[in-house]
Amino acid sequence: MFENMSIETLQAYWWIIISILGSVLVFLMFVQGGQTLIYNIGKTEIERKMLVNSLGRKWEFTFTTLVTFGGAFFASFPLFYSTSFGGAYWVWMAILFPFIIQAVAYEFRSKPNNLLGHKTYEWFLMINGLLGTVLIGAAVSTFFTGSEFSVAKLNITQMADPTISRWEGPAYGLEAVLNWRNVALGLAVFFLARTLGSLYFMNTIADHAILARCKKQLIFNTIPFLVFFLSYVVALMAYPGFAIDPKSGEVFMESNKYFHNLLQMPVVLLVFVAGVVLVLLGIALPVLTFEKNASKGIWYAGVGTILTVFALFLLAGFNHTPYYPSTFNLQHSLTIYNSSSSHYTLTAMSYVSLLVPFVIAYIWYAWKSINKKKIDAAEMGADGHAY
Amino acid sequence: MLESIDLRAIDWSRAQFALTAIYHWLFVPLTLGLSFIVAIMESIYVKTGKPEWKQITKFWMTLFGINFAIGVATGIILEFQFGTNWSNYSWFVGDIFGAPLAIEGIMAFFLESTFIAVMFFGWDKVSKGFHLASSWLTAIGANLSALWILVANAWMQHPTGMKFNPDTIRNEMVNFWEVLFSPVAINKFLHTVSSGYVLASLFVVGISSWYLLKKRNERMAKRSMLIASVFGLITAVFLAATGDGSAYQVAQKQPMKLAAMEGLYQGQNNAGLVAFGILAPDKKAGDGKDPFLVHIDFPSLLSYLSYRNPDAFVPGIEDLIRGGYKPEFDHINPLEKGQAFSVDEKISRGKMALESLKRYKEAKVNGDTTGIRSSLEMLQQNFPYFGYAYLNTSQDSVPNVPLTFYSFHLMVYLGFYFILLFIVILIFLATNKLEGKRWLLRVTLWTIPLAYLASQAGWIVAEMGRQPWVIQDLMPTMAAASKINPNAVVITFWLFAAIFTILLIAEVMIMVRQIKIGPKDGGTR
Repeated sequence: MFENMSIETLQAYWWIIISILGSVLVFLMFVQGGQTLIYNIGKTEIERKMLVNSLGRKWEFTFTTLVTFGGAFFASFPLFYSTSFGGAYWVWMAILFPFIIQAVAYEFRSKPNNLLGHKTYEWFLMINGLLGTVLIGAAVSTFFTGSEFSVAKLNITQMADPTISRWEGPAYGLEAVLNWRNVALGLAVFFLARTLGSLYFMNTIADHAILARCKKQLIFNTIPFLVFFLSYVVALMAYPGFAIDPKSGEVFMESNKYFHNLLQMPVVLLVFVAGVVLVLLGIALPVLTFEKNASKGIWYAGVGTILTVFALFLLAGFNHTPYYPSTFNLQHSLTIYNSSSSHYTLTAMSYVSLLVPFVIAYIWYAWKSINKKKIDAAEMGADGHAY
Repeated sequence: MLESIDLRAIDWSRAQFALTAIYHWLFVPLTLGLSFIVAIMESIYVKTGKPEWKQITKFWMTLFGINFAIGVATGIILEFQFGTNWSNYSWFVGDIFGAPLAIEGIMAFFLESTFIAVMFFGWDKVSKGFHLASSWLTAIGANLSALWILVANAWMQHPTGMKFNPDTIRNEMVNFWEVLFSPVAINKFLHTVSSGYVLASLFVVGISSWYLLKKRNERMAKRSMLIASVFGLITAVFLAATGDGSAYQVAQKQPMKLAAMEGLYQGQNNAGLVAFGILAPDKKAGDGKDPFLVHIDFPSLLSYLSYRNPDAFVPGIEDLIRGGYKPEFDHINPLEKGQAFSVDEKISRGKMALESLKRYKEAKVNGDTTGIRSSLEMLQQNFPYFGYAYLNTSQDSVPNVPLTFYSFHLMVYLGFYFILLFIVILIFLATNKLEGKRWLLRVTLWTIPLAYLASQAGWIVAEMGRQPWVIQDLMPTMAAASKINPNAVVITFWLFAAIFTILLIAEVMIMVRQIKIGPKDGGTR
């Protein structure tokens, strides 16, 4: 099946897979958003315990999706892996550190004799929630704003200095935060994650006080989210973007490139608009109507997030657009064509990708079986495993 | 020429990788083994319906969960480090190496993380059967993830199933099954996971011994001990068998590593296996000194284990540098059939490969077809030695001998000691005399750290013994690194060292407290 496809089709297929993983990851960052709300929403010890435990049943999915996103990117577009990770060293390290401390925080938090005390572990969760979302958002934004790197494969023949991909600035990626657009997307992701986090709590916790505070947080976070997100999108449409000349293969700056991409790919436009509408609907539902709908918000907003981010990824990589542009030398920009794995590897990996629906099915089944009942204060005291 | 490679960045990147790998490997083997031991215990509970088995299962599951969390924390860094610190490597072989990492995520990590949640939170929410299945699936998921990462590691030790593409300047996969079912990969997987089973068994028998010494939770302790020592004995014997298989693979594919493992400088027929030896501290290849201060050998055993033939010639470090001997295995490179190349010859061939790659690219640009053909031919002929181009002298091809030698022997001694220990425990358990043997209980308790030591020593042999290669013969470690400011790596190294050390201390403290608390209801109901 896949072996008969052209390499261009396989490259497009894999960009779609990467886009799906990326968009699911942003949705699942409701865990990170929720982590930053523990003190805002949980006013007593038992309330915080409920919040942590409701997130504690999901954090591994976000974490695993992040790891799989990295692995899939490596397998399908290895030049991105070597160029971005090996160059924007500080940004990626700053993203990874908070995930190290997150991974132990849930399990260690409430265990006796845990060296640092439960407050420290809660702070680990807060740091992860803040840095994880802002920096991943900023890193994704560089797909549209570009980075200072060079790629010269023949470097490998220089015995004394063989590195192919090089960062051409002294800050190793930290310079990304000097661009207001990157920061805007980072903050948009942060406030979106908090919005989704509030919706998630409404879905999984049965407690009136928590529900009321979630609703408040929902409004507080939606406003900055919309401000940052809309200004990012407007700028994205208005600024010049990176384009590939289909004839010569040369990369050049095109005014309103990403706006053109939207118009030239009406399906993407549709997905984008549908996504934004669903996110707004998911937020409006529990705010405007009453409690019985509070649970459902996360589903609308979740699907909406996935669609919106998916559309953004397609804008970055399709329609003759280099998804990882180099501002140091436009011709060194990475496209899905010049950075991918071989036909053979993409084919093999495409067969592996057929497992994904199966994986989703068992995750769904397992979630449903342990989430039959909402979390309440009584369960926290019961004789079971709790964080 | 090589002076200008920034060795500081490379050394710190290596130190950082070693640090994170060592920390990660403190937790992974216990996850690999304890997941199965817990699943076996739960199976007994489901079969017998006795609540005490549920308590036993839950107790070990608590310890499993604490260990699992920190294993996850230390693991994420390893995957991304291939990109952050070894970017040249990631491009040069990413077409092959990326696939197992992605498959690991899709196939194994989701399985693990989904069903571990059912394991911990599903006791009162799902049926007994579904819960049991979840425990087994968690164990299978953990072991599957080990499979894929070990396939990737085995490929670095013995690259196979790929072809160099001069247009993209990287190696490309041509046969997935050859990568997956490479004999090195199969052996490495079996040897490594069984080492995890043995470590976890020693962990369980060690902690159970502590309960017996303290005369508390004795029923639980003895039952746990029985399960773990049977599981441990079987897997320890298997571990020895796969260890033999690993050494056989090393002899064929990484003869320099084998020579370093045995401190063998001068090759011989009927080479003996060093039973005990102390290396001469200042020995250098080619200085004519005796490499050992003292040593006792098993005659001809090294020849037999390496080539299944007691008379076979095992090349030593100096033979490998000098070349000229007749290799026992003829698969290496047809050019070397009958007479192995010297390292100097390999270096000049490596340089020819690099030079012809450059010429190929120039010819491509100029549309010079004869140039393309001739440079391509030259490249293909010399590509098996590509990585040697980056070596300065033939001495650079020798790994750290004392570290490899002592780690290897320590690992083997401990491996056999573990088998013996499991047998002794089982005999006393069967005759019901274990509680009286307080010396044995103490020894068993103090064997826990030895299990970790043996496990780490195994990785030191595998990874230090293969230096200078990150990919055997094709890319030395120094050509694999990213071009980043060394100070950045120094800072991240110390950050990792600090955070991992703090988390390790926290983990041990939590674990010890949970052991002191013991199972709910004393595990005796």
